Formats: sequence, C-alpha cells, structure tokens
Amino acid sequence: MSGFAALLTRDLRLAFRQGGDVANVVAFFALAVILFPFGVGPDPDLMARIAAGVLWVTALLAALLSLERLFDADYQDGSLEALSLMPVPLEIQVLAKCAAHWLTTGLPLTIIAPLLALVLHFDAAGYPALIAALLLGTPVLSLIGAIGAALTLGARRAGVLLSLLVLPLYIPVLIFGVAASEAAALGLESRPHLLLLAALLAGSLALAPWAAAAALRQAFE
Amino acid sequence: MAGRELQKSFTGEGLACRRGERRVFQGVAFALAPGGALLLGGPNGSGKTSLLRLMAGLAQPEQGVITWDGGAIADDPAVHRTRLHYIGHQEAVKLALTAEENLAFWADMRGTANGATDALRRFKLDARATWPARYLSAGERKRLGLARLLASAAALWLLDEPITSLDAESTEILLTAIAEHRSAGGCVALATHAPLPLPGAQTLSLAAHTTWRQA
Repeated sequence: MSGFAALLTRDLRLAFRQGGDVANVVAFFALAVILFPFGVGPDPDLMARIAAGVLWVTALLAALLSLERLFDADYQDGSLEALSLMPVPLEIQVLAKCAAHWLTTGLPLTIIAPLLALVLHFDAAGYPALIAALLLGTPVLSLIGAIGAALTLGARRAGVLLSLLVLPLYIPVLIFGVAASEAAALGLESRPHLLLLAALLAGSLALAPWAAAAALRQAFE
Repeated sequence: MAGRELQKSFTGEGLACRRGERRVFQGVAFALAPGGALLLGGPNGSGKTSLLRLMAGLAQPEQGVITWDGGAIADDPAVHRTRLHYIGHQEAVKLALTAEENLAFWADMRGTANGATDALRRFKLDARATWPARYLSAGERKRLGLARLLASAAALWLLDEPITSLDAESTEILLTAIAEHRSAGGCVALATHAPLPLPGAQTLSLAAHTTWRQA
C-alpha cells in the first residue's frame, strides 16, 4: 500500500473511531444555518435571497472548526515527527491529510447543504450549481486551511490565530461559491463562477501541500 | 574489515548544535562502522536528544557535517530517511487504533508491509494485538513504539532513552534485537542514563562538550 493510501486510511479510521469530530462539524453547520430564520425573521423572499451566502459562510466556519486538529493531534503524540522521517515526501502526506479532512468535513457538509437550503427557501433552480460549487470549493477550504494549521502548530491559542490567518484567504472561495449558486437561482449562467472555483482548486492543489510541508518542517526545528 | 568500514560508515565531524539562543554543544565527533553501537551519555540538557535529531536529519547542525558512506546526509535527506529508524521520547502511538493497526501503519509508510505480526510477538504484544492502544500500559506503549524497529528494516537505529518504563524482560528483548541488528551490519546510536551492556559499544559523553555553563 502506498504511503498516501496508508495515511488516508489511518486518518479516516481515526475520524470514524472518534466519531465526535465529524458529528460536531455537521451539527454546528446545521444549527448555525437554522439560527438565521430566527435571527432575521421567516420572510421567504429575504431567506431565499441570503440563502447561498448563509450556507457558504457557515460552511466556511464549520470547516475552520475542525482545522485546528488537522496536524495538532499528530504533533502532540510525536507522530508528526515520525511521519516527517518516513520515506514518503511530506508534501504527499499533507495531501493525504487534506483528503481525509475533506472526506470528513467538506463532503458531509456538501451532502446536508441541500437539506438546509430547503429550510432557507433557496430557489430550486440553484441546487445543481450549489452542490457543484460546494464540491469544488470545500476541498480548497481544506487545502488552504492546512497551510494555516501548519503555520500555527504549537502556538498558544492556535485556534484564534488560525482563524485570523485563514479566513481572509477564504474570501475568493466565498465570493465565487455564492456567485455560482445565486447566478443559477436567478436563471443566469453559473459556469464562469464554477470554472473560477475549479481554477482555485487546481491552484491550491498544486501550491498548498508545498507551503504546508515547509511550515511543518519549521515546526520541528 | 577496513574496506567495509570505508564502504559503509556513519560519521560526524566537529558538530555544534544551537537550540534557540543557546549553543548546546560543540566539537562533537563520532564514527560508527557497520555493526557499531554508540552510547550517548551526559546529564539532562547536555544535548543527547539534539544530537540524535541531527543524526536523523530532523535539524541541521550549526557547524560540522554528518556523513553516511562518505556523503553528507544533508545532501540527500530523502535517501537518509529510508535507512533510519528514529524512536523518540514519544511513542507516536494512536490510542484509538489497535496495537496491530498502529504497527502496520508505520510499516506501510515505509513501504514494507511484512513483519508486523512477528514484531508484535518479539516484543510480547501478540496477546494485545487487537486491543486499542489506549488500554495498553506505559511500558506496553513503549514496546509498541520499539516494535517499529523490527516491523521494517533500516540500517541505522536512533533510539532516545529506549529503556525508560521498560521492565527487565523487555529490556532484554530490546538488547537481543539490537545485537541481531548489529550482527547483520546495522548501526545503532542510543541515548541513555542507565548503563546498557552493549558489547564493543563506543561511549560519547556530551558533558565534555557542553557549552551552556560558560554562557
């Protein structure tokens, strides 16, 4: 079994054995979205107008919630040091950890987002674009988040620092993700926005593992 | 024998190490032939762990060079990683995984999927193989960490305080494993406070090289 598959399998196995982490992220997402109708009133038109934005912002925050643990658990028990001495390049290992993070946060969020969109009276025409945008955008959240998680490793109050570092970098994903979903709901072309999201994904796939691996090496010094 | 030593040896020359503002040691040298063993001694804080980390390539020396087969390890860290096992203070054991899963994972990462069961038996963990590691005692977790040495092959073993929390029987198992590794031409460097009976081992006391008292 290749190192990538071994690490991915291990992280998924850990996530399912300690099932709380996945459940927390999904529950946070659902609860935070459901708060909005209470906060701004149950006007269907208003809800439909802000639905895409609400879903994306809460998905962003939910993904952020789980990022702190991405490398920290391995850092605390010495696994990360041992991993860095494995023949498998650290960049590939970061990619495997991002893949596991996406499978346990981004993917569950994408699956329940359409149900929550229903609560928010999101326009039926927008669903395919919403799901496509989430499928393209949430991996970017994991990849960019990995850089932040690696940089803040071992810092005090790493969680707060991580949010301050990573949230500004999430803005492009937020803009194009919302634009794609809204354009489709208004009957406009959502393809350009989805292509831009795909470009963000390609870019972060190529760059984030290197940046995060470099930051991890710093953490061992 | 002389030819073989030249062919495959692990040496360090004029090594100095800095941790933050503090120079930990300077002027450290060592040379290990195939089958050689190096015992690192010295009081707490004298840099035993720092030296092992330099040997593993986890950190770079401030001065000096470490070579394997005559080539500096810093020139090709990826190749150096394939020939070493580093077992630090922490066992790198995942508590939610079983003992066997833990061990098989590390063997998979090194690309050698054989020997996990055998390594567990050697360290008397076969009865615990399917237990989640959180139910293992401190000594058993330490043994699980050390079992990685046998689950996949590597020419150089770097062990940091390997016998901490081990009972007499487990220490004996480790010493046997080290002896077998050495007779197969492997090298071992280990930091320890307790005197360990390793025949023909060189001793390097870092106390003589410590610089922080003067600083």
